Amino acid sequence: MKEVISSEVAWQGRRLRFPTSLFQKRLAVSELLVVVAALVVAFIILCAIVPGWIAPYLPTEMLTDQLLQAPSAAHLFGTDYFGRDIFSVVVYGSRDSLFIGFASVIIGGLVGGLIGVISGYIGGIVDTILMRLIDVLMTIPGILLALAIAASLGPSLFNIVLAVAVSAIPGYARVMRGQMISIKSRPFIMASRSIGSSNIQILWKHVLPNSVSPLLVMATLGIGSSILMGSGLSFLGLGLIKEVPDWGTLLSQGRGYLTVAWWICTFPGLAITIFVIAVNIIGDQVRDVLDPKKRTA
Amino acid sequence: MGRSIITRLFTSLFVVLGSLILVFCILYLLPSDPVLMMIDPSSATPETIANLRHQLGLDRPFYIQFASYFNNIIHGDFGNSMMNSEPVLPKILKHFPATLMLTIASSIIAVIVGVLLGVLSAIHRNRWIDIVARIVGLFGISMPTFWTGILLILLFSIQLHWLPVMGSDGFKTLVLPAITLGIVGAGFIVRMVRNSMLEVIHEQFIVTLRSKGLSERAIMYQHALRNALIPAITMMGVLIGEMLAGAVVIETVFSRQGIGRIIADAIMAKDLPVVQGVVFFSAIIYIIVNLIVDISYTYIDPRVRRAH
Repeated sequence: MKEVISSEVAWQGRRLRFPTSLFQKRLAVSELLVVVAALVVAFIILCAIVPGWIAPYLPTEMLTDQLLQAPSAAHLFGTDYFGRDIFSVVVYGSRDSLFIGFASVIIGGLVGGLIGVISGYIGGIVDTILMRLIDVLMTIPGILLALAIAASLGPSLFNIVLAVAVSAIPGYARVMRGQMISIKSRPFIMASRSIGSSNIQILWKHVLPNSVSPLLVMATLGIGSSILMGSGLSFLGLGLIKEVPDWGTLLSQGRGYLTVAWWICTFPGLAITIFVIAVNIIGDQVRDVLDPKKRTA
Repeated sequence: MGRSIITRLFTSLFVVLGSLILVFCILYLLPSDPVLMMIDPSSATPETIANLRHQLGLDRPFYIQFASYFNNIIHGDFGNSMMNSEPVLPKILKHFPATLMLTIASSIIAVIVGVLLGVLSAIHRNRWIDIVARIVGLFGISMPTFWTGILLILLFSIQLHWLPVMGSDGFKTLVLPAITLGIVGAGFIVRMVRNSMLEVIHEQFIVTLRSKGLSERAIMYQHALRNALIPAITMMGVLIGEMLAGAVVIETVFSRQGIGRIIADAIMAKDLPVVQGVVFFSAIIYIIVNLIVDISYTYIDPRVRRAH
């Protein structure tokens, strides 16, 4: 008995180390982090929409008297072997990189979500067939599947989007199916059915609104991984060689100059990392807000 | 118990067959014509093209082509490379050990760093170790591997001259690629172990153990950790698959002669049989790893064992 009490006291002592004021301060720090992340994302999206406002040079402009210059005030990220201002190329390159990230999440999320809805809501043989197909799709690791698709479709921006989207479908389908199955057996669905709602009405008005939040969390975190996978594919040379390279292509172009110009590789990679970190911070926040279990913890 | 393993084996066989069809379809139904890639279409007459197509069996209907492909695969024949007619399977098997070494080394790094940091950060929530773990987790999942690899090369090979820039023989060439891939895995594992540990700590049986008077150390390391690791082990199967796939990019960055490098080169050269072979081979490895994980899982978690 004595032991129980002493451990109880010790346990309470442990809890006392986190006074409420300190906890609130921590909360403020994490909220500040989300705000900073949102600003970063907003800035990079602005770069993608109106690169001309931010970039000091055109991405195609070759300053032939300033080849391979190290980063300086005149060239924030340095210049490359063509005399292009890397900062400007990175700013203009954000357009394609972000397009890959967002478009593949939208396509993958919609298709995967739809498969999940059909599979989970209808159930039975339809469910079995669709889920076995998803199982098969899952056996090939994401980037290999994307590689195979992108390789056979040939190099282009949209093919990269398609490849990344297809490899993301199984995840969305499984999550959505799980949601469907758990929600359609709840009492309020039964109630709605008993007052004469049709299947479509129930699905549209009750099941879907109650099941999208995990999909939303997955999609937010998915933007980051899509950009990583997309830039990986273009790093391997599956993107179209264009005048304005996306971040992955720019990075792979700089690889040959690693010993003489570290900045060509470093800054596009930094851009990818910063954007993905920011998106993931927001994704974590979205998950914490939408997950009731996390809210109480 | 035995029956569940047999069922699981059958499901795996079915999935292997499915992935074979998938790989065949991806590369066969899509627009690129292998014949036009093998010869120069401007110099060849339509007749030569038709002859070559017939020779390769490409003029036969889809299901016959698949049947013969399937038959060949069963007999261990993955076809020949379009570039130099080298048989695909021996080529894969020759280069697989380098990739396997990389996958194992990086998985070990990922598991040790990931589990250790994940557990410590959940136990000492909001202390400095938790902050370190969360930063490792966030950076691990957010940094593109090819960039991490290049940064490590810049620092350790070009600046400090500690380790070789590239190559695939010897322990020294393995260090940087394994760390690069290990960081990603560690990121995923840290986040997962931390989350499941935090969830377990709030469960009722932990309160019971506390009220029984068990020391905090015993509760955490003997009871909470064992329960928290179960989802982490399930993740391992997926993670090893991702590591295997991540090797494609890493082997290109470090110029290692593994199967990742083979597929990257084959894609550039549009060598479809090699691409097909490597993708299918990795799918099989992935299925086997997940099968092992699933079976070991039933041994680790008594609840799963009881359920069967």
